[in-house]
Amino acid sequence: MPFALETVGLSRHFGGISAVGDVSLRVETGARHALIGPNGAGKTTLINLLTGVLDPSAGTIQLEGRDITHLAPHRRVGLGLARTFQINQLFGDFTPLETIGLAVSERLGHGGDWLRVAGSRLGLNQDIAGLLEKFHLVDVMHERVSTLPYGKQRLLEIALAVACRPRVLLLDEPAAGVPEEDRHEILASVAALPEDVTVLFIEHDMDLVFSFARRISVLVNGSLFTEGSPEEVARDPRVKAVYLGEEAVDG
Amino acid sequence: MSASPPGVLAAALAERLGQRARWRPIEIAFWVAAVASVFLLPGKHIILAEIAILALFALSLDLILGYAGIISLGHAAFFGFGAYCAGLFAKHHLINEPVLALGAAGLAAAALGFVTSFLVLRGSDLTRLMVTLGVALMLREIANRFDELTGGADGLQGVGIAPVLGSFAFDITGHVAYVYALAVLAILLVLARRLVHSPFGLSLRSVKGNALRASAIGIPVNARLVAIYTVAAAYAGIAGALLTQTTAFCSLDVFSFERSADLLLVLIIGGTGYLYGGLIGAVIFKLMQDWLATMTPQYWQFWIGLLLVAIVLVGRERMSRWLDAARGLVRLR
Repeated sequence: MPFALETVGLSRHFGGISAVGDVSLRVETGARHALIGPNGAGKTTLINLLTGVLDPSAGTIQLEGRDITHLAPHRRVGLGLARTFQINQLFGDFTPLETIGLAVSERLGHGGDWLRVAGSRLGLNQDIAGLLEKFHLVDVMHERVSTLPYGKQRLLEIALAVACRPRVLLLDEPAAGVPEEDRHEILASVAALPEDVTVLFIEHDMDLVFSFARRISVLVNGSLFTEGSPEEVARDPRVKAVYLGEEAVDG
Repeated sequence: MSASPPGVLAAALAERLGQRARWRPIEIAFWVAAVASVFLLPGKHIILAEIAILALFALSLDLILGYAGIISLGHAAFFGFGAYCAGLFAKHHLINEPVLALGAAGLAAAALGFVTSFLVLRGSDLTRLMVTLGVALMLREIANRFDELTGGADGLQGVGIAPVLGSFAFDITGHVAYVYALAVLAILLVLARRLVHSPFGLSLRSVKGNALRASAIGIPVNARLVAIYTVAAAYAGIAGALLTQTTAFCSLDVFSFERSADLLLVLIIGGTGYLYGGLIGAVIFKLMQDWLATMTPQYWQFWIGLLLVAIVLVGRERMSRWLDAARGLVRLR
């Protein structure tokens, strides 16, 4: 059985600088796989390569055994690969209802439908309703997204990716910047993702990483440094050195 | 799960999403006024026809600027192309019946829009301004160069327009011209309304808002932009064809930079992103132009310029608040 997501020798240079170098990563189906590493290690660049926002300089990417290296971003979503962003990328003048409706209608292939009034399909609306409830967005579903509190925006950020019904979900620091009192909602929604959905996530919050991940890859200076179970990575003295030495080396 | 079962909530969502597409009282009032003008202002039909054509042209720009965020300084390219197509169809008796010719001119402009849309996919607003401007200038020079076909700088002479639907001949008072232009505007507005309130329209707004995220939820951003640019080009081409048909003449200035620039002013005056901005802007712009030209025939553009500077500098914030209020009346919050 192929891996949910597999890269071979994936690299990306910006001019002379190698942001991601020769990364061969395997993510198993149904995994809860964390990608950690110091700031500037190339984690977000890697996500951008996987989702097609950036083109790799070298290497290949396979999604469930299918080569997607040069596929346009929206085509990868169609094949079951969705992501969230480290910094919210939402539609400020939409409501959460419209935001989720947009993604669901696009997933069902109605996005090009120009004759029908949006919202006139009942099955689709049940789908939207389910997502809004699951992510605690019902009470704000008619408000403008740009006026929502940050915690709610963060939930919507994740809900929007889940609305694409991905088989592989990439979360880029889901808890980043979320105030303490809203954190549990984010963590609970991440924990409640269906078991068969493969999750690869970047996170700096080690509590979250070690409570949630079943496998951890450590990225340093654009390359895979080590990989293992949470226990193995926690024990590895070199990982500690990378994190402790971060300030001295990285500046 | 919260208090409301998903089925109930789903029905409420349908209700809420559908509300946006419903006709608002102020919209109906607008069209009642437009129809009333046919009967109450028979002496003004020539300028009213001009307003209707400009309104359709502005509606076209609103589709790409207000809904997809594509700015253009060369929208006259499609207007002019439609205008010359309609003129040539009539002159050479290729398509005599005006409504059919209008449709054909729209299709021709759509084809041009489709081909040139690929030039505006990438790049910033500035690139788009330059590219669209360049396309319009090139078309103007092409029309100028092939003067045996287009009449060059003298314009297309000897265009005889057959009666609309075989029974309504264009007349000197502009009655038929106005009713015809207004009917076309109304039909195309209904179609545009349908389009912007559809899932397709919603996806366009998302592309305008955040193209990166739109593509990350599976929206083919480029395909959507190509589609709306093509539709807008058809609208502009139909507006141009209307001008040729109602004036039985067509000259190079249909492609002019001034026409594209004026169009942006019309839309700035009326506001973008709610469909009626172009219509309201066209009424204000034309009436202002007419009134100022009567008062100061030589220097009327000075006053238009002053007014625009005032609108933009003094009233930017206030204007947008008025527009929001107006928008709130036209469509759902």
